[in-house]
Amino acid sequence: MTPVIEVTGLTKRYAGQAVVDGISFHVDRGEIFGILGPNGAGKTTAVECMEGLRRRDAGQVRILGLDPKTDGHRLHQRLGVQLQETQLQDKIKVGEALELYASFYPDPADWRELLDRWGLAGKRDTRFGKLSGGQKQRLFIALALVGNPEVVFLDELTAGLDPGARRATWDLIAQIRDSGVTVVLVSHFMDEVEELCDRVAILERGRIAALDTPAGLVDSAGGEYRMRFRPTAPLDEQSLAIVPGVTGVERHGAHVRVTGTGDFASAVTAELARRQVLVADLRIEGRSLDSAYVALTGRTMDT
Amino acid sequence: MDGFSRLALVEGKLFLREKAALIGVFGLPVALVIGFGLIPGFSDPQKGLSDQIGTEYIAALGVAIVLASLGLTGVPMVLGQYRERGVLRRLGVTPVRPVALLLADLTVWAAAAVLSVAVLIAVVRIAFHVPAPVKPGWFILAVALGIASLFATGLLAASVAPTARGAAGIGWLLFFPNMFLAGIYFPTEEMSSTMRQIGNFTPLGSALHAVRDSWMGIDPRPEYLGIMAAWALVAGALAARFFRWDQA
Repeated sequence: MTPVIEVTGLTKRYAGQAVVDGISFHVDRGEIFGILGPNGAGKTTAVECMEGLRRRDAGQVRILGLDPKTDGHRLHQRLGVQLQETQLQDKIKVGEALELYASFYPDPADWRELLDRWGLAGKRDTRFGKLSGGQKQRLFIALALVGNPEVVFLDELTAGLDPGARRATWDLIAQIRDSGVTVVLVSHFMDEVEELCDRVAILERGRIAALDTPAGLVDSAGGEYRMRFRPTAPLDEQSLAIVPGVTGVERHGAHVRVTGTGDFASAVTAELARRQVLVADLRIEGRSLDSAYVALTGRTMDT
Repeated sequence: MDGFSRLALVEGKLFLREKAALIGVFGLPVALVIGFGLIPGFSDPQKGLSDQIGTEYIAALGVAIVLASLGLTGVPMVLGQYRERGVLRRLGVTPVRPVALLLADLTVWAAAAVLSVAVLIAVVRIAFHVPAPVKPGWFILAVALGIASLFATGLLAASVAPTARGAAGIGWLLFFPNMFLAGIYFPTEEMSSTMRQIGNFTPLGSALHAVRDSWMGIDPRPEYLGIMAAWALVAGALAARFFRWDQA
């Protein structure tokens, strides 16, 4: 199966400075592909070259087999885009905007149904300028979907949304993917990428610093998991030190803390079961993409 | 309805939601004509106005004001905003190019200009018995070239301005000197010949002359039409060359 998106050596320079510096990746049909990185890493520039908004200086881009540079019109019929920092006309009504954008596409979705799905049905006759930040954001997502696209680019999807709305948005994006749409998600939110993305490219200074599944990124970043429990029967904790994968055992009062790598936690619980020691308050602290990101790039997202 | 028609429809509705635009394009010219028309004796030919009926002269001024306010202030202000807000950029990732929005707006504004001119003709005719333009063919050509030259000038202002505020500012800077030189504030009949010559080379000055003449039944001098056509072509070509769809 040929990938829906193929990017090879994509490069974009401004004043001789490469903002996007030879990145390559592909995205398969039905994937949610994340592009993660700090501000100024070149995420938006890279995506805008793919969308046909900016002209790349070097490299190849094929989306649905089409080159955005030469085949923009045909590509845009099958592409949905939510851009960062765009506004609509202040006095356009929500319903008018969706109906207008629907008229641009050969096979549009039912825009009234999109209004419902994105919680905007009550805002149909409200002017854009009167919407809250979250409502505007949901309208932009709906506009990205109104053409029944095969590929959707979402740039900072949940910017301006409150926690509840973020959750709801993630669920809806997962539904979109389940209907066979390929999604490219630009984000600087770890939790969002970890929750939604099948694979993630970490972009740093215009280059791909790492590309893997969120779990793969966490694993490759190394480091240890930690499990903590309270044995309900006497336990010689040093007997756990020889369990495969375990790198350390400590006792803190009634609690035992075991650190290790890989699948050590199952091995430890198996060992406890074999010794017929029941445990209470079991907690396994996994590493998050957050800490993996710091380990992989040597810095936090904010810098 | 296809994308372009719906764009034009929506932009038309948005135009009708702008109270300031409606006042400038419809309210002000009609108020001006009625105000002057009520002056006793003003519906007779006026010596100081090359024997043009006073109210007819004011109606021609009204036409010029409509063209200037739409072309020189409306066009750069709205397009500057659409660029700055990313409205044009957003259309760049749809099958409809951003140029479709520009054309839709120009269509709406041209239609508004034509409608306003028709209203002016009707008002002075019904209220003050001023005859409709005596040379309708020349009159229509004069208005069409006036629209083309002033809209092109406004487009050029939108092209060179870096921001929405800048575009609106350039528009206003063009608006007042144009109004002055064209003879909106006082008739060209009272100007020195140098000033009159300068005024003739502005799109608005030529438009007003051509509109006045064709209304009275005089064939407008070819130079007025030529000057408007030249402005339309040169400003239009420069705007096409320099217009930026994106703020960045």
